[in-house]
Amino acid sequence: MSETPTDAAVTQGDTARVEKEAAAAERKAEPSGFGALLRGGAGHNLGLVLALALLALVGVLSGGERFGSVDNVMTILRLAAVIGVVSIGMTFVITGGGIDLSVGALVALSSVWCTTLSTQAMANDYHWIFIVTTALLVGAGAGLINGLLVAYGGVVPFIATLAMMASARGLAEIISARKTQIVSVPGFTDAFSRDIFGISLLIWIFVVVAVIGWILLNRTTFGRRTLAIGGNPEASRLAGINVRRHTVLLYVLVGLCCGIAAVMLISRTTVGSATHGQLYELDAIAAVVIGGTLLAGGRGTIVGTVFGVLIFATLSNVFVINNLSISAQAFTKGLIIIVAVLLQKRFSRQPGS
Amino acid sequence: MTETPQPSNDGVAREPGGGGGALLEMTGIVKRFPGVLALGGVDLDVRAGEVHCLLGQNGAGKSTLIKVLSAAYQPDEGEILWEGEPVRLTTPVAAMKRGISTIYQELDLVPGLTVTENIFLGHELATAGFSRRSEATQRVRTLLARLGHREVDPNRLVGDLSPAGQQIVSMARALSHDTRLLILDEPSAVLDQEEVDNLFRVVRGLTAEGVAIIYISHRLEEIRQIGDRITVLKDGRTVATGLPVEDTPTAELIRLMTGRSIEYVFPERPTTPPSRGTAPVLETSGLCGDRFRDIDLRVHAGEIVGLAGLVGSGRSEILETIYGARRSSAGTVSIDGRRLRRGSVRAAVAAGVGLAPEERKSQGLLLDQAVYRNVTVSSMSRFAKAGFLDSGAERRAAEELTRSLDVRPAGVDRPVRNLSGGNQQKVVLARWLLRDCKVLLLDEPTRGVDVGARTEIYNLVRRLADEGVAVVVVSSEVEEVLGLADRVLVISEGSVVHEGPATEIDESKVLDLVMEGEVA
Repeated sequence: MSETPTDAAVTQGDTARVEKEAAAAERKAEPSGFGALLRGGAGHNLGLVLALALLALVGVLSGGERFGSVDNVMTILRLAAVIGVVSIGMTFVITGGGIDLSVGALVALSSVWCTTLSTQAMANDYHWIFIVTTALLVGAGAGLINGLLVAYGGVVPFIATLAMMASARGLAEIISARKTQIVSVPGFTDAFSRDIFGISLLIWIFVVVAVIGWILLNRTTFGRRTLAIGGNPEASRLAGINVRRHTVLLYVLVGLCCGIAAVMLISRTTVGSATHGQLYELDAIAAVVIGGTLLAGGRGTIVGTVFGVLIFATLSNVFVINNLSISAQAFTKGLIIIVAVLLQKRFSRQPGS
Repeated sequence: MTETPQPSNDGVAREPGGGGGALLEMTGIVKRFPGVLALGGVDLDVRAGEVHCLLGQNGAGKSTLIKVLSAAYQPDEGEILWEGEPVRLTTPVAAMKRGISTIYQELDLVPGLTVTENIFLGHELATAGFSRRSEATQRVRTLLARLGHREVDPNRLVGDLSPAGQQIVSMARALSHDTRLLILDEPSAVLDQEEVDNLFRVVRGLTAEGVAIIYISHRLEEIRQIGDRITVLKDGRTVATGLPVEDTPTAELIRLMTGRSIEYVFPERPTTPPSRGTAPVLETSGLCGDRFRDIDLRVHAGEIVGLAGLVGSGRSEILETIYGARRSSAGTVSIDGRRLRRGSVRAAVAAGVGLAPEERKSQGLLLDQAVYRNVTVSSMSRFAKAGFLDSGAERRAAEELTRSLDVRPAGVDRPVRNLSGGNQQKVVLARWLLRDCKVLLLDEPTRGVDVGARTEIYNLVRRLADEGVAVVVVSSEVEEVLGLADRVLVISEGSVVHEGPATEIDESKVLDLVMEGEVA
């Protein structure tokens, strides 16, 4: 028999006291003071803004004009744009209680798949739109496989996407025969190296994806369901949500983002390569987590992810400007992740207290 | 009933000769939890070599008492004497060192370790960190022989054993600690008849060696077979202790267990019974599943049907199968004459069925999300245009409902986690009210709900029925089922053993049915 203390409450409970304690618990839950500021969503974003500002200050002090110039800022943003698009997709998967380790490999696979098509005989007949469509379809298709494995195959997300990470990268190498493939399709490079209002198209793509992501997460049934199944899949199922189908859609969404990122990467580097997107999975997860999305699912923030991406991109840039090694950069990155997560634990609402 | 009669030692036939004074004596044990008095004065004395049975309904305090004894909880008041000496059992290890071992219903074994490794878990036989395997195996063989189960292989993985085999391993582990008092919490629940006979043989062997047993079971026939004396708990208090098993009639035991110190107020039933002539809203026929078989249920609009039975009798499984959360193995579920797709929650929800699940927090609610989101989660499409949610409309709808259900504190933007149990339950009900559901399935609707809020929930359920909802209520508390429902089905071991109007059956009759398992 399950005789928990609460069970016994039924017969012996002292109503007045129960209510008093509930009220006390409530007061405790009401945030107050500085901690409250940090606890709230706005507070977290404020922390991210401060971190970014601090990094920029370090950049200006150490690099001066080389850091602060418009050109350099655009470089940072262009760098951030590709990983940013992947991170937006990652935000959805993680908010929905999953994880996708295959994003880097999917970027590589999408890139070589479409460049291979375009380097074959009929290359010159190809409109650049085919490159884009192929990349998106490959990304979404691989995401679909991930999603089916997780939702219907019962494979834990970590393992399913780990397997995809290995296979997709391998397939990318097979397709490209380990060669970088230069894009020769007329119009493609022209189309994507354009500036709009003096800002690179790549940056615009990131902005558009982020805005759509924000709307999708915060204003639609899709976003609400994502939060619900990430927070409590069983309760969501019993509430009548089609948890499996939704899970598949989440992985398709992140795959699609990988396809978009592949197109952006091809246009920036003018090549498709099986080595594209190395360690993107770690960069994306790191950006999502320091942004404030709960790794366990149930809470997600697009704005936080955007800041997370910008912080890491700025960090890289500051290190490059000061001629510091990639290794030092990686070390600092790890440090930032840990500090950010510890701060979050410190200031986030303690469940159940 | 006179308080705490103390029959003389000689009066009990199975009492071994050597049993002099009490091995364990507990007096006036009080245990409080925040806002709850779990034990309000429990007396218990257990003699060496006897089987002392502990009886009581759900919530009577049996489990809490066991946890006090095994030092999982510290009592707030009261005295524990061990062989006449006052003792304080501060940690589970301290209790174990005195020789008190508990075998819980959920066996706490590690499935991936062998029998021997489980038995010596935490006190491994080892020299400088290297385990002395052959010696351990040898000792396990001795223990198993003492239990009369030589056939259990010490080197098998515990996960590969049957529930009965695992229970033997638990007992062997207890004995490896030189146990003098063994507490068995519903040991027969997972066993078939032959295994129960085996268990009794082991128990008799142990008592012959002078080990005292505290035996908890709902099955009176078992208590008659194995017990020496009985202590009855009710509402956290001892109502009778030391009753000799052989001289106490069943009726007397049931009388002691029933009746309450606090009477709940149930809403009045409608004077005219819900139209039985009309077609039922919910109908199951020959429904079979995990732990039940051949359930024929008919629930009409405006009717509350209660399912009474012990935990594990299949009640919750029936509800979950109707709801599609479990797959039925045979039979059908129909709503308004239309058959539901098997094992599909979404089909059930679409047909107008709602469930307030037993585990409200893990199955019912999105704890960290706002009240309004918990209310609208099953009706999102109503508030969406082309996938875009109108959260203003959501809030307004949730506000209206929570106000009418008197959810306190008001405010639909606070996380559900911050609400009390009763108010959380109202949020779950609001979710289904929003869908205008036709059938409402309530599994333990007042678990974790305090006394004041219970009456509110009862009134609410009756109001829903009056508005034409067909309600099915499952509860471990017989009084609740009888007080709330129009019609009652008593479930025992997965089958209906009685069906009839709630007014024509009383608590002791229901207990009789579920404990004896006989068809009336």
